[in-house]
Formats: sequence, C-alpha cells, structure tokens
Amino acid sequence: MYRYDEFDETMVRERARQFRGQVQRRLAGELKEENFKPLRLQNGVYLQLHAYMLRIAIPYGQLSAKQLRQLAMIADKFDKGYGHFTTRQNIQYNWIKLADMPDVLDALADVEMHGIQTSGNCIRNVTSDHLAGACADELEDPRPWCEIIRQWSTFHPEFTSLPRKFKIAVTAAAPDRAAIRVHDIGLHLKRNAAGEAGFEVIVGGGLGRTPYVGVTVRDWVSKQDLLSYLEANMRVYNRHGRRDNKNKARIKILVNELGEAEYRRQVDEEFANQLAWEKVVLPQEEVDRISAYFAPPKFEKLPVKSDKLDKAIAADRAFARWAKNNLRAHKIPGYISVHIALKAQGVAPGDCTGDQMRAAADIAEKYGLDDIRVAHEQDLALPHVKLDDVPAVYAALKAAGLASSNAGLGSDIIACPGLDYCNLANARSISVSNEIQALFADPDFEDEVGTLHINVSGCINACGHHHVGHIGILGVDKKGEEYYQILFGGRADEKAAIGEIQGPGLKHEEVAPAIRRVIVKYLELRSSKSEKLVDTITRLGQAPFKEALYASA
Amino acid sequence: MPLLRHGKVVDDCWVFVEDEHELSPGGCLTVSLGRFLSEHDQLLARNEAIGVRLAASDDPALLAPHLDRLRLIELNFPKYTDGRALSQSQLLRRRYGYKGEIRAVGQVLRDQLRLMIRAGFDAMVIEETDAEDVYDFSAHEFSEFYQAASDTSETIFMKRHRKKQEKAAE
Ligand code: SF4
Repeated sequence: MYRYDEFDETMVRERARQFRGQVQRRLAGELKEENFKPLRLQNGVYLQLHAYMLRIAIPYGQLSAKQLRQLAMIADKFDKGYGHFTTRQNIQYNWIKLADMPDVLDALADVEMHGIQTSGNCIRNVTSDHLAGACADELEDPRPWCEIIRQWSTFHPEFTSLPRKFKIAVTAAAPDRAAIRVHDIGLHLKRNAAGEAGFEVIVGGGLGRTPYVGVTVRDWVSKQDLLSYLEANMRVYNRHGRRDNKNKARIKILVNELGEAEYRRQVDEEFANQLAWEKVVLPQEEVDRISAYFAPPKFEKLPVKSDKLDKAIAADRAFARWAKNNLRAHKIPGYISVHIALKAQGVAPGDCTGDQMRAAADIAEKYGLDDIRVAHEQDLALPHVKLDDVPAVYAALKAAGLASSNAGLGSDIIACPGLDYCNLANARSISVSNEIQALFADPDFEDEVGTLHINVSGCINACGHHHVGHIGILGVDKKGEEYYQILFGGRADEKAAIGEIQGPGLKHEEVAPAIRRVIVKYLELRSSKSEKLVDTITRLGQAPFKEALYASA
Repeated sequence: MPLLRHGKVVDDCWVFVEDEHELSPGGCLTVSLGRFLSEHDQLLARNEAIGVRLAASDDPALLAPHLDRLRLIELNFPKYTDGRALSQSQLLRRRYGYKGEIRAVGQVLRDQLRLMIRAGFDAMVIEETDAEDVYDFSAHEFSEFYQAASDTSETIFMKRHRKKQEKAAE
C-alpha cells in the first residue's frame, strides 16, 4: 500500500498542528462556533446530537494492521470502545471530546491517517472497489489513480469552498462494487477502442433529496489527461453550481439544470482552453513511483484447489455456509478474498469494537498479507488469503464475533446512524434494521432468499443509501411520530437505478412484517433461485410487491 | 478595516464607486464590471488608475482584452464559504496573465488567507486587528503543496523528482 514520504507526512503533521491551534482558540472562546465550524468540518469534526463526531478517511478503503490497531486504540482510549464504518470507507467515532481531538489527530498522523476533507464543501475521501488489486474481474489495479487523486485533491487551493461536498469513486471492474454511478464523479478504468486503458467519466450521480444516476460525460479520457479533465469539471462546478439553496447545490442539480449536453459543452470548452501550464500532468516517474506501492504482493504458487478447505467445508455446516456466502474470487490461483460482514444480529450495521479491530488486524497480519479493506456496505474484507488458511481465518473471526455468514444477503443491511446519533434524523435506523435482520435469523431461510440489499436511512439525506437498496427504507416524520417509507427496485451496481417509493409510510413495528410479506411474495414469484428480488421486480413490475407490502397480516 | 498588500498593512487610496454614483475627476477608482464594459472609453480617457470589482458570478474572461490597462481587480467573497473568487483569480493569473493587484474584499477570514495567496491574491481587506501577524502565520503555515497554482510554489510531485535528479547528478 501507499506509504507517506516526507512531503505527505509534513502536510498531515502541519495540519494537525494547525487544528490544535484552532481548537485552543475555540476552547478559549477566541473563535466563535460559527467561524470554527468550517475549520472543524475540514478536519472531519461534526457536532452531533450528543457530542462531537470525528470522521476519519480511509483512502480507497485500505488499511494496514498497524493502522487498524491504532483505530482500536482510539476507540478504547477516546471513545466508548467502538467505531462505526461508513458507506464511504470512512470510520466515525461518536463520543470524542473536543479537547481530545488534537491528540487523536496526532495519533492518526502517527499511522499516516487524518480527518482532512472528510466533511465540508470540498473533495471528499476518494473511494474505490474494496477488492481492488485482488479481484479476478478488474482490468488493472485502480488504487494508484485513487492515490493520485487523493494527493491532487488535498488542500486544493481552488476547490475547498465548493457549492457543496464532492465525492469521487473509482473502479476498474465491470461489476461495480464502488457505486460509482451514484457519486458526484464516478471513474471507470477501462480500455478504449484502441486498447489503451483510461477512464470513463460519469458525472452528477447522487442520492439525498433528489437522487440521480450519473451520466457519462466522457466515454474515455486518457490517464495523462485525467487530472486536467477533473479540474475542468471542478471549475465549471465551482463557478456555476448553485449556491442559493443548499438542497440544490450538488453537481447533479447543475448537470440536470444545464442538461447533459450543455454541461458537457462547458466542461469541454474549459478543458480545451487550459493552457499548457494549467494542465495537471504528473511526471511519468511520479506515476511509476506511486504505482510501485501497489505492486502485487509476493503471491505463492499454489494449487487451484485446497483439500484442507474442502475437507473443512464438508465437516462443518456453519463453516460451509460462511464459506459459501463470504468468499470472493481472487485473481491468483490458490487465493481468495474474505468478506467480514459487520452485521451481527442486534448490532448497529458497521459498528466494530476495539477488540474486534485488533482481532481483524492480527488475522490480516498472520493470514492476509497485512491488508484490510473497508467495503461501502459498511463491512471489512481481507483481500488476499490462501485457500488453505481459510478455516483458520474463520475460526479466528468467529472467536472475535466477526464471522457473520450473511455477506450480500438480507441481513447484511446498510444503515445510517439515524435518530440514535444524528441531529438531522427523522427516525431510528438501527432498531428498524435490527428487526429486519431478525427476519433472517434462520440461516436456511436467508440462504433461500439469496442476494438481497436492504438499505435504511433515517432521513431524506440518504446516508444509508435507501434509494439504491433492492428494498429501501426511509425514515420520515409524521406529526412527531416515526414512519418509514418503503422503496423498491434500487441498485448501486453497474445497472444503477433509483428505487421508487411505494406509498404511505409504515409505523416502526409494521416495517419488518411488511418486508417479510414482500420476501415471501418474491419467493413465490421468482423464475428461478438465481433471479434476485430486484430482477423479479424488473421483470414483473412493482404491483404484486406493493400489494404484499400493504396487505394486512 | 486594514488593507494588506504582500502581507503588509498599507494605506488604501482606492475608492469603489457604486454604479448609480458619478465618477469623481481624480483619484484611483474601481467600478463594477458592467460599468467598466459600458463606459470603458471614458474611464480609460481619465488617465487615472482604474480598477474593476467583479461580482462572484462575473466572468473574468470579459476583462481579458483590457487587463494591461487595469491596476486593480477586486474579487468579492459574499460569504467566506463562497469559493468562486478563487476560480476567478486563478483564471486571471494563469490563463489571462494578469499581473496587477488582485484584492479580496467581502467576508475575508484569516483561515482562508493561505488559499487566497495560492490562488493569486496579493492583497486583502481583512477584519483582523493583528492583520500582519495573521498573514505571516497563514502564509507559512504549510510548506508543501500538491498542486501548481497562481503562486509559484513548486509542487510535491515535481520536488520528489528534482531531489532524485539532484542526487543522481552528485
Ligand atoms: S440519513 Fe439522515 S438520519 Fe441518517 S445519518 Fe444521514 S442525515 Fe442522519
């Protein structure tokens, strides 16, 4: 993985020092909250319902064991013993005192981490496919370009007071595991007709109040031109994005108000007008230097199959189920990627205790080439594990309470913190998620249902990505009472689509039974076991499912 | 409020004339972009120093043909969170080659100074009593940058390889 050099290190240290000064001025009353707000936000410090919340970037979702242990230390020493992994490959702590923030940022800087640009109206943490560099289906490793974008966007002098926040996601695989079509800019690393690798640039996707699937503004931009082309997009947005209404300030609104063609014309014009010295072109040695950090680790030559693994599968039913659901194909024979679902029954989705983080770090060090990933489903992954080691990894995960066998299934729910933490929430997300998870308490039933993405947000801001769940759940406020609207048909992958609201909201206690009826209807109507709920909805339309949703029990 | 130019508090001889007011015969004046474009013959005929104040929504390209006649361009921050002037400044410096003064007016807070300097501002009207200290601190708070901008800082991307080349040459 990438390692800071003296320059990266200096920058993060200087920033931590700067923020220490700002916190001191705030605590001494020299800085009003109003003026402190944009400063703390640029370091990832939010003011939530009960306390300050710190959001830390995990660039493109990659962590070393050492970093994960430091996150565990922060959870134990400065928070209440846990952290929360988010849908954007960040980790959040909900209970850190403002006076402790500078020490926490120093501790993060010790392991090359920070909260820079995890909030505020700037370019946020760059996210990617959590299986980058491991999966069998990618064109090439996208992480060098994620890192290059990370550096280019850090403290950009022109793009730190944008109309609104700005999120970039990158993937190099056709199956989209990074939800690039619902980002402000999504980049898909692919070949052009001449066989050269470059980027499809998708702009204006996003969820929230007005959800959109992004549009392809350029089918292909060369690697050499990538940053210059991004600058052209950013400048058009910075100058012309709406600033009169916070709810209309994201780039998706600009793209939609201008129309795709006019937006593209303006970007192309800006790109064409860039003078030679305005181009952002990295020296090839620099691209090579950064790429070298992501060179494949020394994989061993191994047989394609592992007797050890096969025997363990035959011997242990629980292990067999976990292996069926939580393993992902690796590009190197004899290796596999392991998905660690942070979705145990009754736990807030994405929550992980300090002890669990340490356990995952130990496992990664021993069996996983010191590499841990954060997936946008609020889960973790070990990208590189030998097939022979899988039973031992499972045993260790199980001992740490990390062996949920539900990756990609009904109880692997994405949910925002909701009313339990968030000051914008209309309704609780965690408790409703837990009740839905309980529907899948029987593993045979969950496996029978198969791939199913259920996403829950506590309000229209959509941090739980409810629009792109096969089933989406949105908390609304009806005269001071919590209600939940249900959406069908969303997806975040390469066939990205926005789900549709079905009708009147349901009460908290009505949600899980209603979802159960929908699932039962699906089992009855699906053409085969391999047809996902979202595909059955596409084939048959939403009507039968809506009927099931509102049928009284 | 003090005017900082290249980090020093200086006297300010410039006066902004609202569109509905008459131009005084002497003195250094700034006017709006609209007024400058419609009256620029008369303005330049005054043979006095002239400047333009751009609104954040104005297109600096409209000034491009006139830049060698302008001594001052004021860029406005209606709110400190409004970064449009940063793009305007970058365009004026890097694309149109403007060499005169670019001054930040409006809501200018100390914590934006570093970005402004990088984006090409060399002056700012700032609401701070210890303006020079604040400037000095902001200007030197960070020593490394990833991006080339309107100041001349060498980027980290370039530095990394200059060092290597120097080492190789030794
Ligand atoms: S979706 Fe709403 S309730 Fe949930 S975290 Fe975001 S802002 Fe808060």
